[in-house]
Parts: sequence; structure tokens; C-alpha cells
Amino acid sequence: MEYVISVLLSGISVGGQYALIAIGYTLVYGILRLINFAHGDVFMVAGLMGIYFTATLPFGEAIPLVIIVTVLLGFTIERAAYKPLRSAPRMSVMISAIGVSYLLQNTATYITGGQPMTYPVIPVLSDTVNVAGTQTKWVVIITPFLVLVLIFGLTQLINRTKVGMAMRAVSKDFETSRLMGIRINSVISVTFIIGSALAAVGSVLFFTNYPAITPTAGAMPGLKAFVAAVFGGIGSIPGAVLGAFLIGICETIIKGLPSSWDVSVFSDAFTFALLIIILIFKPQGLFGEAATDKV
Amino acid sequence: MKQKKKTFQIFIGITILLLFVILLENLSTFIPGLPQVLSPTSPLFTVLKKAAVYSLVAVSMNLLNGFTGLFSLGQAGFMLLGAYTYAILTVPTAMKDQVYYLFGGCAFDFSLVDMFKGMFGESGFGGAISMILGSFIALILAGCVAGLFSYLIGIPVLRLKSDYLAIATLGFAEIIRAIFQWQKFGPVTNGANMIKGFPTFSDFNITGPSGNVILRLSTFVPFLVSAVCILLIVLLINSSYGRAFKSIRDDEVAAEAMGISLFKHKMLSFVISSFFAGIGGALFAMYVANAQAKAFTSVMTYEILLIVVIGGIGSVSGSVLATFLYVACSEWWLRFLDTEVYLGSFKVPLLRNGFRMVVFSVVIMVIVLFFSQGIMGNHEINFGALLKKFQPKPERKS
Repeated sequence: MEYVISVLLSGISVGGQYALIAIGYTLVYGILRLINFAHGDVFMVAGLMGIYFTATLPFGEAIPLVIIVTVLLGFTIERAAYKPLRSAPRMSVMISAIGVSYLLQNTATYITGGQPMTYPVIPVLSDTVNVAGTQTKWVVIITPFLVLVLIFGLTQLINRTKVGMAMRAVSKDFETSRLMGIRINSVISVTFIIGSALAAVGSVLFFTNYPAITPTAGAMPGLKAFVAAVFGGIGSIPGAVLGAFLIGICETIIKGLPSSWDVSVFSDAFTFALLIIILIFKPQGLFGEAATDKV
Repeated sequence: MKQKKKTFQIFIGITILLLFVILLENLSTFIPGLPQVLSPTSPLFTVLKKAAVYSLVAVSMNLLNGFTGLFSLGQAGFMLLGAYTYAILTVPTAMKDQVYYLFGGCAFDFSLVDMFKGMFGESGFGGAISMILGSFIALILAGCVAGLFSYLIGIPVLRLKSDYLAIATLGFAEIIRAIFQWQKFGPVTNGANMIKGFPTFSDFNITGPSGNVILRLSTFVPFLVSAVCILLIVLLINSSYGRAFKSIRDDEVAAEAMGISLFKHKMLSFVISSFFAGIGGALFAMYVANAQAKAFTSVMTYEILLIVVIGGIGSVSGSVLATFLYVACSEWWLRFLDTEVYLGSFKVPLLRNGFRMVVFSVVIMVIVLFFSQGIMGNHEINFGALLKKFQPKPERKS
């Protein structure tokens, strides 16, 4: 019983962290129809910055600084690598995203010297707590609630404010909303800013519970978050969150299965199997709208 | 008629290239005292071998991405299938217990090379024949296994469009990698450990009775296999199937309206591309002298994709050219960026381990952003036109 609770708890918390990354994917895909391959690496860079900033600054200043610099990074990537290709074929933009991911990973290798870096012990988050007889870290308990609060704020932003309305309009029809006087570029920038900020928060939560950061540490969580976004229906925030929780829980269950079965190697593969199943049977995802091609 | 002449010219060109490669790698044996670059351990030959392998994979990816317009990111997965098929089929039976010591020997006690050795004899000419036959048949089987799997994967996946196809193929590559690392399949795949001991490129060097090398062929072999495979791909692209592929790339709806079966042609392109990626994977295993699942990650696919982009999406000669440039830069010419340099007591800033890859990725980003056509765009190198440029212009009669 205690074992089941501990698996479920960590599953929910991993899911929450994936959810924060998945929102970045789903928002960007909803608007630009671009799989932002670099998003997972932005997440990794945020983790590395967490290490470097907390080494010199107190936590109260370091973590906001991480979020601000990550937002700047996301904004710069969009302006430098995606904006010049706005009228190019979709494949070129995706290749550019892969190029950015390659650049971020190589730069991270250069700066860290390729060594795995250990994340600092953050007070409160890293303290252990006893829940129903199982020892776990506070971050595991806090994550789902923090995620729910952030998502509530985000849905309010998207459904109630003018920027949110613009975002919804652009994701519905890029050209028409441009004709209606919406400044496409600023809407896209806002999207990247939101996505990067959530990824930065996600990185603090994720890496607190993670042994070490390597330059490729962002790639797998990034892809899984993307799968979560596809599962929930791309462009749909509740869908992405639900998909992320599901993937997080399933992954920890697979990792927690008896070691004699030796199936933990499939914890990543399971996510992709899920992706392929959903793409075959319900390509628009759980809450996505079916797209029709007009000739 | 003209087409036939052109094919003949290409054939002659490839033969000359292959002869040149043999000459190049044996030069140091015949003429002592040549510069270090031509010695067999020089980075030149590492680059040539690796680039020959990568160019085949790059061209196979270009067939899919550039000529059929299917954005697939599964290349590393198919390379993995090819590498393992080759490795499992050619590890000598005597080596199996040693390689698979964690699993108490291999599940199937069989090796193609040994099988032919049983027919033609162990040593001398018979040994050479069985070695060549065994490894070449294993190469073809490696391609077939990759092709078979791509057929099975293609049935559900090829219905998807652009980026969904990309992410689904990427996912399949990851699933294949996980399956090959599963300890339960250890007796076949050696689990997460590497398979080694199979024939590599250097086993093709012809040695004398005392073990000294008479004729080096270790660079020639990857060139030969890659050249033949790339030639086959070029012939395919120039055939009516190739024209169907291009029409699918340019406009799917129009192609379908013209009576081209979309699914059939997409599948054909996918399977053929994976077949050659499988052969490329087997060659890669020969190049690094081991087969290990963790080498074939999505990073490898991205690397090959970037090579294709640098060369020009939709240009075979561009892909080959870009591969040689890319591999030469990353393995040889830009190596100096990774070592710390002192000019007197002044330490040149930035130069340190890893800087090469940063410079490299910046260059790639510049190419992607500002030269999206790559080196060749979708044109091919036209040797006839190149020759004409160097010939003196005929004088104009007044």
C-alpha cells in the first residue's frame, strides 16, 4: 500500500513537471504549427542556470533570475531562429528548431565541460516529509498544486484578456487574424515567453528530484511533454495537462514494476508507443479539433 | 541515348574514384617518406571511411525527405537494425561465448562467415572468399531487416502528415532502441552491452603469410559499398518511380489526381530508404568495430538531417559533398578548436574542449537561416559543365 502511494505520488509530481513543459509545446504548436524541438533544451538550460545562479545568489533572487533569463532565451530564440523563416515551408522551421536544439546542447557541453552537474539542495522543496507512511520530498507534494495554480492563471489569461483573445484568434486562423490587425509577432513572442517561463518553473521542480543535469537531459522530458501535448489534442491546455499527468504516472508505474521483469528500459519507449497509438486511432488527440484539408 | 551515355560516364567516374582511393591508401606502403597525412593512421582515412558511411545514410535520408517530401526522423532506428543484423550474423562462432559471456553464449550458434569458411576452406583464397561473401550477404540482409521493419512501421505511420510523421518515426526509433537494450533479449542482442568481434573494414586488408599488410583495402570497401548503393538510389530517382516521388513531394493532391498511388509510392520510398539506412548502419558498425544500441540516438538522426540540409534538400551530390565536408570539419580540420593554445604566455580565449561543436552548430544555424538552399539546392553537380568551364573558349569567327 505504501509502495503504491509512493509510486502514485511521484507519478503525479513527474506528470505535473511534464505538464509545465507540455504547455510550451502546445501553445507554440497551436499558433505556429511548429514542433519546437528546442523547448526541451531551453528547459535543460534553465536547469543549468539554476545551478550557476544559486551558487552565487540567495535562492530568493536566484530563482526569479532563472525565470527571467529563460524567458529572454526563449524570446531570443524565437526572434533569431524562427521569425526569419515565417514564410518558409514548415519543414525549414522545424529544421531550424533542431539546429537550435543542437546549438544549445553543444553550448551546454562547452560550458559545463560535459560533466554531469548536481542540482543544489533548495530549502523547503528538498526537505523530506512523511505522507501516509512513505518518505518523500516536499517538491513532490507541492508540484501538482503549483501546476494547478499556474494553469488556472494561464487559462484565465487566455480566456479573459485581450492578449489571450489574440492568441486564440491566431491559432484559429493565422492569415485572417493578421488582416484583423492583430500584431502576429508580438502574439508569438508572448507565447514563447509564457512557454519559457513555465519551462523554467518546471526545471526547478524537475531537477530538484533528479540526480544530475547533463546537456542532453532536456531532450527526453521535452519529447515526452510533446507526446503529452499530442495526446491531449494539440493546442488544448487541459488536454496537455491531462496527457502529462497520465504519462508521468504510467512512467513511474513502469519504473516501479518488479525488477525481475526488467521492463524499466521501456519507460521511455512506452511514451512513444502511446503516441503512435493515439496518432493512429484519434489523430486529433483527446480534446483537439479535427482539422480538415481543403483542396 | 543521351541518358545511356551519361550513365556510362558516371560509371567510369565511380571506377576512377575507387581506383584512386585504393592508390591513396597504399601510397605510403610503396613510397616511404611521404608526409604523415598519407600514413594509414592519419585522420585522412578516418574521415574518408566515416564520410563514405555517412554519405550513404545521408543520401538515403534525402531520398525520403528531399525527393518524396516525407519528413521522417527514424533513420537512426533503421541504422540500428542494420548494425545489429550484421553484427549478429557475422560474429565468428568461436567468439560468441566471449562476446555473450553475460548471457552464457548466443541464442543462435551460427555465423555467415564461418558457414562459407566451411565450404571454401579456412585460409588463403578460400578464407578471403568466405569473408567477402559472408560479410556482403550480411550487409544485404541488414538492409532487408531494416526494410522489413520499415514496411511494418510504414503501414500505420505513413498515413500521417509532415510533423506528425516526423515525431512518430522518431518515436519508433526510440522504441526499437529500447527493445534492443532489453536484457531479456540478451542472448540475441547482448542486452545493453556491445557486440564486437565481427569483421570490420580493416579485416579486408590483404595480408601476407607473416601478417604484414600487402594491400590495404579498408577505405576502399566502404567507398565501394556506398558508391554502389548511391548509384542504385540515383537510378531509382531517375526512373519513373523517382518522378512519381517528386510529384508527391511537390503536390500530393495533384499527384493523386494524376493516378499515382500515394500510399504505394510513399511505402516504396520509405522501405528503400530504410533498406539503405540499414546497410549504412551495418557499415557504421564496421567503422566503429562494435554495435551498441545507445550509439543510435535521435542525436544521430539530427546530425544526418543537418548534413542533408547543408548539402541541399533534394540533391544527391550535395548530400555526398556535405557529408565529406561535415565529417572532415568535425573529425579533422576543426580539431584545433578543442585544444588550448598559448601564444607565448597569452592564452587564446575560448579554445577549450567542446568549442569545436559550438562553432559548428553556429555555422549550421547560419546555413539553415540564411542559405536555406544549402550547397547545391536541388541541383546536381554537373561534371560536363564543370569541364567546359576549364576548357579554352572556342575563338569566335569574325
